[in-house]
Amino acid sequence: MGAIGKPVARVDGPAKVTGTATYAAEFHPENMAYAALVHGTIPRGWIKSIATDAAESVPGVIAVVTHLNAPRLPWKPVDAAPVDPGEGEQLRPLHSDEILFAGQPIALVIAESQETARAAAALVSFTCVPSDGAGLVFDRARARPPSDGTRESYPAEWERGDAEGAFASAPRRIEGSYLQPRLFHNAMEPHATIAAWDDEGKLTLWDKSQWVDNVRDQITRNFGLAEDEVRVISPFVGGAFGSALRCWPHVTMAAMAARIARRPVRLELTRRELYTAVGYRPYTLQDVKLAADEDGRLRSVIQTAYGLTSAYEDYGEEVLDPVGMLYDTMSARTVYRLVELDTNTPTPMRGPGAVTGVFALEMAIDEMADAMDMDPLEFRLKNYAERDLKKDLPFSSKALRSCYETAALRFGWEKRDPRRRAMHDGNMLVGYGMATAVWPAMQAPASVRIRLFANGTAVVRTAASDMGPGTYTSMTQVAADRLDLPVERVTFELGDSSLPMAPVHGGSMTMASVGNAVAAGCKKLRDDIARLDGAEDGEHPVETLMRLRRDSFEVDGAAEPGAEAGTHSSYAFGAVFAEVRVDPDFGTVRVPRLVGAYDGGVIVNPRTARSQAIGGMVQGIGMALMEAGEWDDRLGRVMNANLAEYLVPVHADVEELEAVFVESEDRIFNPLGVKGIAEIALCGVAPAIANAVWHATGLRIRELPLTPDRLLMAEQAARTS
Amino acid sequence: MENASTGAEGGAVQARSTMRVTLEVNGREHALDVQARTTLLDALRDRLHLNGTKKGCALGQCGACTVLMDGERVNACLVLAVMAQGRHITTIEGLRGGDGLLHPLQRAFLDHDGFQCGYCTPGQIMSGVGCIEEGHAGSRAEIRQYMSGNICRCGAYVNIVEAIFETAVGTRP
Repeated sequence: MGAIGKPVARVDGPAKVTGTATYAAEFHPENMAYAALVHGTIPRGWIKSIATDAAESVPGVIAVVTHLNAPRLPWKPVDAAPVDPGEGEQLRPLHSDEILFAGQPIALVIAESQETARAAAALVSFTCVPSDGAGLVFDRARARPPSDGTRESYPAEWERGDAEGAFASAPRRIEGSYLQPRLFHNAMEPHATIAAWDDEGKLTLWDKSQWVDNVRDQITRNFGLAEDEVRVISPFVGGAFGSALRCWPHVTMAAMAARIARRPVRLELTRRELYTAVGYRPYTLQDVKLAADEDGRLRSVIQTAYGLTSAYEDYGEEVLDPVGMLYDTMSARTVYRLVELDTNTPTPMRGPGAVTGVFALEMAIDEMADAMDMDPLEFRLKNYAERDLKKDLPFSSKALRSCYETAALRFGWEKRDPRRRAMHDGNMLVGYGMATAVWPAMQAPASVRIRLFANGTAVVRTAASDMGPGTYTSMTQVAADRLDLPVERVTFELGDSSLPMAPVHGGSMTMASVGNAVAAGCKKLRDDIARLDGAEDGEHPVETLMRLRRDSFEVDGAAEPGAEAGTHSSYAFGAVFAEVRVDPDFGTVRVPRLVGAYDGGVIVNPRTARSQAIGGMVQGIGMALMEAGEWDDRLGRVMNANLAEYLVPVHADVEELEAVFVESEDRIFNPLGVKGIAEIALCGVAPAIANAVWHATGLRIRELPLTPDRLLMAEQAARTS
Repeated sequence: MENASTGAEGGAVQARSTMRVTLEVNGREHALDVQARTTLLDALRDRLHLNGTKKGCALGQCGACTVLMDGERVNACLVLAVMAQGRHITTIEGLRGGDGLLHPLQRAFLDHDGFQCGYCTPGQIMSGVGCIEEGHAGSRAEIRQYMSGNICRCGAYVNIVEAIFETAVGTRP
């Protein structure tokens, strides 16, 4: 039927527009109780005393749990999942009197209603003794290399050629420092877990998760259970962007509470709690040095990143991965350092690392082009990499040139006046800027179970997730395509750890991983049916089942990465162009227009893919202009832990967004030819906007977000210098 | 140095006894016992199990809990259940017509892919219905202003605006 590539309307759309899609906090097991948390207020130290009697005396309170009376869990060692930091140990909630960060949960109240639980939580009083710890001030003098477990994935140092020597001897050089603040996922659905133990001691968790299998594995170990004693259910995820990759402490606390209350318990985090109970994109400071020949050929790229981590876990990410592969540069060097603070651990947020590294690199590239008096696009094309020089491998596919050309054309880049502060619209300064986007394409092993019925319907099941991009829909399309059935006759089920194994729903790899498993399963189903006694050549498998009087036929299918990972380098690419209007009096920046062109391989559903791409642009507007967790380095707290003070884009901030997917397929990378489009859509947006602001104003502001105060101060500094 | 605190900012709040209220939601009356501090949002979700009204922040900052009260849009997290007595509450579950068909704006959200994760969607749709009713959907620019109380972190804004604009044009007399 050729369902792949069709703009199919979301199969879960009707449930979402009628309010019947059920998210984690919305299940209602009988006799459910409600939990609320009490948080420590100091960044490091010990709980000296804790008084729970006032809370316990409130009518409707079932129990108050602290480290003094919490059940001792076995905490069996867990092999670090790929979503966990390479070194360190996650907070064990209510496990001891030690406090590792401000906002750490130190007590849990279980009550008959949510209101009672929260009110009683306010009655728990405690005293704490502060102690010396890692500290609260992000100081690069305290930076250290990543520890051994982290270094395996994110090297402390890497170099090709003599980058410093090339820099020193090159005729054209620039250098600068770039700051990206702490950023929060702030998905609309707060994290929530409902836990219910049955009479046999088996645990069911309704949880907000991007990886139900991982939650099952971790909870199994924390509680010393067998794998078949824990089931994790998560049919709908209200956005996550990485915040639901890990199994966070509140999941353990929900299960603990349900065991104590001997009834199901819901633990739904508040918006404020989301700033400490789950992770965030780490504050990262970067130094970039670029050098070029007189003719505009890059000779050296040197990028150093200082990333924030917690004192109890060593969080690293791929900030520097793009350096050395994004451009055809003769030499390159990266240095990666971590700075520990007494705070909760960072976690991947959409495009983890790459978004941060590309922000600094693409602003620096723009500055270099300016120093060379070259058009920013021309400069990038001059240094276009035809091969991954970092891995020394050919790309399995690369259509970045086509992205540049397509986006530039749609945007009208040729209308750009090359001079800064030269374009106006009335009083407004107008600027055009652009940036490159890149994200490594990945695939992980996945499995599915497919049952084809003689009535011409099929059901495909796997423990995958859909946090919004449209897994339900795109997988239905793949199955319909490969089974030659109409889309509406195929049902796709996910979000249940009792289903066949699926990898984490993150890193843009669901389509490559689960999609290829669905395709492989469908092929196996057709092959197996064709081999049945009495099957006839060329007939549809449904016809075979009908003729053989079989009600249905089921197979398990799987897919995993092939040998191409060793012979090719696989990346998704993109080019983002931004127009800005800057008010010279108030320093306000508006983004009337963004155009992005992406090389994401085969696009299974252009309709949902476009939504994903423009959604990334919106988050990029937030990153460029408004988002920042404001850290108080005396109290060790994020001061704006809510959606009125941590600003994210609203309707009024977003005008024209255009996303184009260029002709691309990557059959070397995987049989479906897909590369993934989630992370790439955010990558490059912030530097494109920052470069446009420079073009509009002549002000090079290297700290995000580009708020009016920063613009006005930069303007003042430029005037006085 | 010692550091003494209670569990939440804002001081202690004593639990009080419950009171009986009658809420009219989507044309049906529901008698239920709530506390004075129980919000309309918690009453809808936790008591009536009307999950369509979403809790995104419970602070009136995100709009995910938007419902219509006597036809006007409100954040259900900022309305106490006791204040909603005698008012007509309409939630996403009550938006379908008597014929069971989707409201035109629900259909437009499907046609324009006005969401990804779907969590802000009921609030966007209820707010969009209110926006059109108020006469604030005359242009895309006007819609953007009057819908800015409803955050969509997946970033479906341009699709949402198209859905509301198309519906407003289609329902204009």
